[in-house]
Amino acid sequence: MNVIENWSWHYDGWIVLAGILCAVSASLPGNFLLLRRMSLLGDAISHAILPGLAVAFLVTGSRSSLPMFLGAAIVGILTALFTEWIRNLGEVDEGASMGVVFTTLFAIGLVLIVQAADHVDLDPGCVLYGAIESMFVDTIVVAGNSVPRVVIVLGSVTIINLLFVVVFFKELKLSAFDPALSTSIGFSARLMHYLLMVIVAVTAVASFETVGNILVVAMFVVPPATAYLLTDRLGVMIFLSVVVAVASAVLGHLSAVNVPHVFGFQSTSTSGMMALCAGLLFFVASLVSPRAGVIVRIVRRQKLAQRILSEDLIALLYRMDERSPDCAVSVSELCSVLLCRRWLAAWLMDWHARTGHVVPSESGYRLTDAGRRLGAELVRSHRLWEQYLVLEGGVTVDRIHHQAEKLEHFTDRELRDRLDSVTAAPELDPHGSRIPSEHTD
Amino acid sequence: MTHLLLMLMAWLNASGMGSVSDAADLRFQISDFRIFERSVTIAESLTDRSIDWPDWSQWQRVLSLRDYNTRIVMLGTGLLGLAAGMVGSFTLLRRRALMGDALSHATLPGVGLAFLLAPKFGLDGKSLPVLLTGAALSGIAGVAAILYVRNLTRLKEDAALGIVLSVFFGAGIAILTIAQQGAGHVAGLESFIYGKTASMIADDARLIAGAGLASLIIVTLLFKELTLLCFDDTFAGSRGYPVLLLDLVLMTLVVAVTIIGLQAVGLVLMIALLVIPAAAARFWTHDLKRMTLISAGIGGAGGLVGSAMSAVFPNLPSGAMIVIVCSVLFFLSMFLGRSRGILVRVARRWELNRTVDHQHLLRGMYELLEIQEEPGVATGRNVPFSSLLSMRSWSSFRLRREISRCLRNGLLVRNDDQSLSLTDSGMVEASRLAHEHRLWELYLITHADVAPGRVDQAADAIEHVLEPELIVRLEGLLRQELATQGVVPSPHPLEQIAADATAKTATAVADHSLTSSQKDETP
Repeated sequence: MNVIENWSWHYDGWIVLAGILCAVSASLPGNFLLLRRMSLLGDAISHAILPGLAVAFLVTGSRSSLPMFLGAAIVGILTALFTEWIRNLGEVDEGASMGVVFTTLFAIGLVLIVQAADHVDLDPGCVLYGAIESMFVDTIVVAGNSVPRVVIVLGSVTIINLLFVVVFFKELKLSAFDPALSTSIGFSARLMHYLLMVIVAVTAVASFETVGNILVVAMFVVPPATAYLLTDRLGVMIFLSVVVAVASAVLGHLSAVNVPHVFGFQSTSTSGMMALCAGLLFFVASLVSPRAGVIVRIVRRQKLAQRILSEDLIALLYRMDERSPDCAVSVSELCSVLLCRRWLAAWLMDWHARTGHVVPSESGYRLTDAGRRLGAELVRSHRLWEQYLVLEGGVTVDRIHHQAEKLEHFTDRELRDRLDSVTAAPELDPHGSRIPSEHTD
Repeated sequence: MTHLLLMLMAWLNASGMGSVSDAADLRFQISDFRIFERSVTIAESLTDRSIDWPDWSQWQRVLSLRDYNTRIVMLGTGLLGLAAGMVGSFTLLRRRALMGDALSHATLPGVGLAFLLAPKFGLDGKSLPVLLTGAALSGIAGVAAILYVRNLTRLKEDAALGIVLSVFFGAGIAILTIAQQGAGHVAGLESFIYGKTASMIADDARLIAGAGLASLIIVTLLFKELTLLCFDDTFAGSRGYPVLLLDLVLMTLVVAVTIIGLQAVGLVLMIALLVIPAAAARFWTHDLKRMTLISAGIGGAGGLVGSAMSAVFPNLPSGAMIVIVCSVLFFLSMFLGRSRGILVRVARRWELNRTVDHQHLLRGMYELLEIQEEPGVATGRNVPFSSLLSMRSWSSFRLRREISRCLRNGLLVRNDDQSLSLTDSGMVEASRLAHEHRLWELYLITHADVAPGRVDQAADAIEHVLEPELIVRLEGLLRQELATQGVVPSPHPLEQIAADATAKTATAVADHSLTSSQKDETP
């Protein structure tokens, strides 16, 4: 790979920096959007601010940053207001009212732009067409170095957003998790809501003026969602979302430059690849997240299933041992009763042999003392539960077995003793089998 | 300069295309220019700011559908509106209004990949069936991704939609940028993002008609199942309906409508067609069948009128006009809608307030008379306006309005000294109301164990909505407590009202409960 070969700090460095700033500034407020279940608001607002921009054009006759920010912020708040009005007045579902508002505003903006198109005096630097690669056209000299204007704008927005999140951390947290409590103790949840809308609108306009709005929409949602899968703490979540945002910006640019070469094309859209990389990071996180990851959950379920099967095997051996003491049972016999896969049973019995619960012989496996003790515990739990279900649960005798079969795997000594005392220490279970006594050392 | 604006337009239409390399950029602008030319006939004068009002002949031309092109466009957008409105009403009720948003973005990578890969399989990368197949496949991948995020992670629906929307669209932009480097004739591709309403051809209209018909058939056949899915998916699951499969069918319908719509009106405006007509139809009816029809009607009308407007006014882009017409219909429905519209709800509220005032006035008269003398014979007796006014926290305007209404209906008469009396029919009505109020008070005291000092307010809140059947049941229930025939005597002393009359609202309530609770203890 020629990752380093084609790398030029002067070119790629600025692009990555702009991407990082955009990603970080969007993912900071994105965390709170996600917690308030308003992830699509970033998308909605970035479409809805169009008439704000158009009016800013029409009024000022030229495109400078300040009126555009102002227009965007006002329309951003209006979007939130209209969405809420329509939801409350018309009793429409939130998603639908958002859909109505942002598409309508977008269409109005489109018409305004077409009307204004022939009249507003636009200079070459005012292209709204977001392209990171074209940001070198517009530079500002800072301390002797020429810095792309984009980086300055995005840098200030990032700082504003960072300050916003740090200063209002407690208020934002409270109003995201419990708006009613927040309002009742004096932080208006509504005020925080509108402040957040302003931040989102300003971030959106700053970002897509420069890097294209697909990147900012992705960064509002994907890094916070990734972080949400990895932690339960809000502070950690915000930090992780920033890390994910930075990582996807860097990876995105690298892959935009390098991946298409593999297939014989030139480099592709950096913003698009940044969004895609964020998506890939999210996918990886959803698979391997330590607590909620898909793979982790599958592994956990498999382990539980194996433990239950291994216990079932020992309990079965114990029951056979009760009938004909010191008998040897083959794996296929065990399988035919438990209806499990042969290789799995063989593997688990092998494991039991190694841990000293059973000893292998030519005709099959035989329980050791340790194995007999384990089996006795399980069977005792099972039969105590059956007794309990009949006596206390009022379940008829023919339905208790399945319940007890499930519960026996999660019953410890303490619970067994309580079951024993509640059911008055019976000798026999409802089926007439003897309940093994507790092993005492 | 116009050129720059065209680039602006391109950005707007694409809802923010990502970055593109310089050469490709140029090509984009050129193709945008073509689209621009096709969709908006540039006004002759570049200097005036106003919309050119078309003369009668232009109106006539459009309205009589004389142009072949106008005919096709209006037919196509109308049919598209019908289909989208129909499908949209189900997604709206499933609370997935923005699903179309995510899925329409999700089709983009498929379009690009189909274009890139088709030549390898010996197909034409620009043929519509190939591109649509690609769009459909990646739309389905988007559906799968939404289901994955929603069902297998702890994220909620909104995050799932947002992730799929932005990541798929980002991927689509990356792929399209690559596609542009190839042969350079990708004009067919952008129409998936921008739409090409004004250049719609008969084949497009036929495609829309076909897809619309197919979705109509599916919706008709699965109407019961989809209804169940939208209103109570847990119940549907418990009755053995395959909920996941039905969900997939619904999302596939959305994908299908979206794909054919993308070609016609573009990405964002397609979302509008899926959401707005359905949301508007919700105001008119509670019946799903009717709602689907109305929603399809609004969508179709939006398509027809919008494209006609843009044909008449050459400066208005048709996609945007369709959305604006739909939104106007939405706001009209929101105010005028027959079952949930704002005006209807305000009128209902107003009606209720009037009934409440009416009943308060008559019962107040009765109670004031009762304090004066024994009831029943008080027909001719007078009640001054001031004591009525001080009974409740109503304004004198409200009270006067209600009094004049009762005077008109012959329930009250005004005496020479401006005081009021009940007529015979007024007395009947007033004693009925007092009876109902006290029945509920008694019920609260004996069956709900509420202190007598508190029952007056509690009964006040409910007396206006008591049904006659309920009154009969209450009388049955309270037979032992009801010693006498006729109007029940008040379970709490009525003098309180007169005493409270001097005090005002909050203090009055406090006094009320305080004094009566003291009285509770004495007997």
